[in-house]
Amino acid sequence: MQRYSALALIRQSINGHKGWKPQWREPEPKRSYDAIIVGGGGHGLGAAYYLARKHGMRNIAVLEKGWIGGGNTGRNTTIIRSNYLFDESAALYDHALKLWEGLSQELNYNVMFSQRGVLMVAHNVHDEQSFKRHVSANRLNGVDNEWLTPEQAKEFCPPLNIAPGMRHAVTGAALQRRAGTARHDAVAWGYARAADALGVDIIQNCEVTGIERDASGHVTGVQTTRGPIASRRIGVSAAGSTSLVMAMAGLRMPLESYPLQALVSEPVKPIFPCVVMSNTIHAYISQSDKGELVIGAGTDAYISYSQRGALHIPMHTLEAICELFPIFRRMRMMRNWGGIVDVTPDRSPILGKTPVPGLYVNCGWGTGGFKATPGSADLFAYTIARDEPHPINAPFNLERFGAGRLIDEAAAAAVAH
Amino acid sequence: MLLIPCPYCGNRPEIEFAYGGEAHVVRAADPGQVDDAGWTEFLYCRNNPRGDHAERWRHAYGCGRFFNVKRNTYTDHIEASYRIGETRP
Repeated sequence: MQRYSALALIRQSINGHKGWKPQWREPEPKRSYDAIIVGGGGHGLGAAYYLARKHGMRNIAVLEKGWIGGGNTGRNTTIIRSNYLFDESAALYDHALKLWEGLSQELNYNVMFSQRGVLMVAHNVHDEQSFKRHVSANRLNGVDNEWLTPEQAKEFCPPLNIAPGMRHAVTGAALQRRAGTARHDAVAWGYARAADALGVDIIQNCEVTGIERDASGHVTGVQTTRGPIASRRIGVSAAGSTSLVMAMAGLRMPLESYPLQALVSEPVKPIFPCVVMSNTIHAYISQSDKGELVIGAGTDAYISYSQRGALHIPMHTLEAICELFPIFRRMRMMRNWGGIVDVTPDRSPILGKTPVPGLYVNCGWGTGGFKATPGSADLFAYTIARDEPHPINAPFNLERFGAGRLIDEAAAAAVAH
Repeated sequence: MLLIPCPYCGNRPEIEFAYGGEAHVVRAADPGQVDDAGWTEFLYCRNNPRGDHAERWRHAYGCGRFFNVKRNTYTDHIEASYRIGETRP
């Protein structure tokens, strides 16, 4: 692997930047691998990387039906936080947040992780009580979170409108200072480059069309658009398409796939210092390093695989943005898109083994999977390598629905999250 | 935005409707006989297909009635709508 550094940059600039090599190979698929990851997003590429680096496996392939990072990894609003209510969720998301903090160094790739703080705005008594409960629960779990008055929130985020005459006046806010954003594409590329350097084959434009099993039911490989590939360990990390892939192994999943929309404005100079979220009037906003305001809208009402949604969904969010930040009322929106998110009944992910031996699944991240990327990848690799879940992801098993042990973040957050 | 054909009121914009999830999910006639796997299937598992999908909609800001729609989830094209109790086209 060609290491990136200031010195390398100077050296390359001397000969006109002609010496940069591709960041990963484009190998032909081999006949068999020790492990196959289906889905080349951040979660899948990261799982391959951790399998290689932490668990000593080298003969691994990541199969991606399109191009890597082209699904939800490239379509989210890049928000990273870990202020979840339940113990299980706080442990899971904070594990990810701790890995984010060292990720650029570990991968030798600048993922532009910026701990600029996430401000969750409260508008009524219910919000206040709910957020204060979150603050207390988070602190008990060692996750930083603090309560701010409207004035303190305004000081932290000057564009915020805290005028009492608003339809939904700001009555306070919860702030997680360690939270922030990262460059989403760089996460996929950084993991791909680091995994490739450890011998992982990243195979793009290779769609899985079937899962093969032997007489005992154990997986033996996959059928793909580029021919059959054998493996006795298959990890599915296919986000919105998980139901379709798991059906190839005869499994029905507690998942539904919805379009989740986001949009960006025209780029402007730095104006917005943090991330602001409002659950009640439904708005997510931050500013990217390119200067665009990155705005997260909601999911469309119906299941769909179309990667686009209806305009009234972002309109609803923009109305909320314009009320919270009147300064942005005359800004123009530049691009709008949708990603297909796989939503579980309790809005918590499924990360673990399946009833099919040798088949593992990482799915159900719904509207909030990007923030978990390193943690989820690390735990998925652990689960695949040892054929048992890590204590952190053990509660997020597929059996919890039948057993009634839901981790009901849907009720805790009161919105998609 | 979807243009949804309400079987009672005709074509109306999506914002007049509430989505009601997958259609034809039938509760067992004798719930006492359903085991854990059966309840998991009924409560949580859905077809979630890429392609034809039968789903319930309610004309919440119109006639208020539930009906079913057959829609392709990849193209979002609505092929048919039909009343509750009618067989799936």
